[in-house]
Amino acid sequence: MNRTEAIKAIISSLSEEDVALFTTGLISREAFSIRDRAGNLYMLGSMGLLSAFGLGIALNNPTRRVVIVEGDGSALMSLGNFTLIGSLKPKNLCHIVIDNESYESTGGQPTVTNFIDLTQIASASSYSLVDRMGSLDDLSNELLKFLNSTGPVFLLVKVQISNKEEPPRVALPPEEIKERLMRFLKHGV
Amino acid sequence: MISVERFCESLKNRNITFLSGVPCSILKKIINYALNDSQITYVPAPREDSALGVASGAYMCGRASGILIQNSGLGNIVDSLTSFNLIYKVPVLMIISWRGYLGKDAPEHSVMGEKTLDLLEELGISYGVLEEDNLDHLIDVIVSSMNKQKIPGAIVLRRGIVE
Repeated sequence: MNRTEAIKAIISSLSEEDVALFTTGLISREAFSIRDRAGNLYMLGSMGLLSAFGLGIALNNPTRRVVIVEGDGSALMSLGNFTLIGSLKPKNLCHIVIDNESYESTGGQPTVTNFIDLTQIASASSYSLVDRMGSLDDLSNELLKFLNSTGPVFLLVKVQISNKEEPPRVALPPEEIKERLMRFLKHGV
Repeated sequence: MISVERFCESLKNRNITFLSGVPCSILKKIINYALNDSQITYVPAPREDSALGVASGAYMCGRASGILIQNSGLGNIVDSLTSFNLIYKVPVLMIISWRGYLGKDAPEHSVMGEKTLDLLEELGISYGVLEEDNLDHLIDVIVSSMNKQKIPGAIVLRRGIVE
């Protein structure tokens, strides 16, 4: 499975009322080009900030599911947030890491997740449910069950580097991305 | 000296009841008060940028929020500020302790102690230093500027000002 397929599967499993947060780089660009929606937030920069931001939303909006989608590079940058999420235990938080073992957005330099297993870090951080998926069939079949489990849940999605053309940049100004999500959080779908 | 009760009540009076932070000895009374006040939510963050992220998420849900950090940690949040809060327009009140004030502190605080206000100035963030007689006025000025510009503002605390 490649990143595009993984993100397509994730987005097609979301409920309309879910908040979905996407990290900087190709993950945001991919999500924007697959299906933009009011409940999406694209964090264009500030790599590593996303999981704390998602936690803040999940804690203050406990009836709405918050899905964090970041890459291995972004997760590695803020491993401390795993411990914070695991200790505060927001039931409505889903943390998904798309792991291609590299910084693909910047030319494919390796990370360290080829031999460091992020699911073990999530387990040690007391997430309620931790899983790993390496095939598109498994992801498509299991994702809904995973999303509907009591959080915080952690899913590692192992993907291959894709050689296809990069998706276009997110064509929304940052302030509009924020205002849109605030309206969505306030008024619902 | 301003009592910690008075300081925290002045935050609560402005509905700033969601706080996250990383401890500093100058802030210990405030953080301990926040931890024990049922009207305040305090999230103990592992890093200053985590605190800013959590507080920013709270703001998205309509909750006025703030962070409590040492000025050394201002270095840890510069990218979050410049690449997120300042361009997405997410205001969070930053309560920042001032280690290294006038150079009278441990050596690790000397550079940031000298540069703290300059750094806030360079980032275009409204700030003020808390004095014995300006608590309510200062918070009003900073919060009003934050609400107008929709970006973070900062209140800087020297040792001993809030006890």
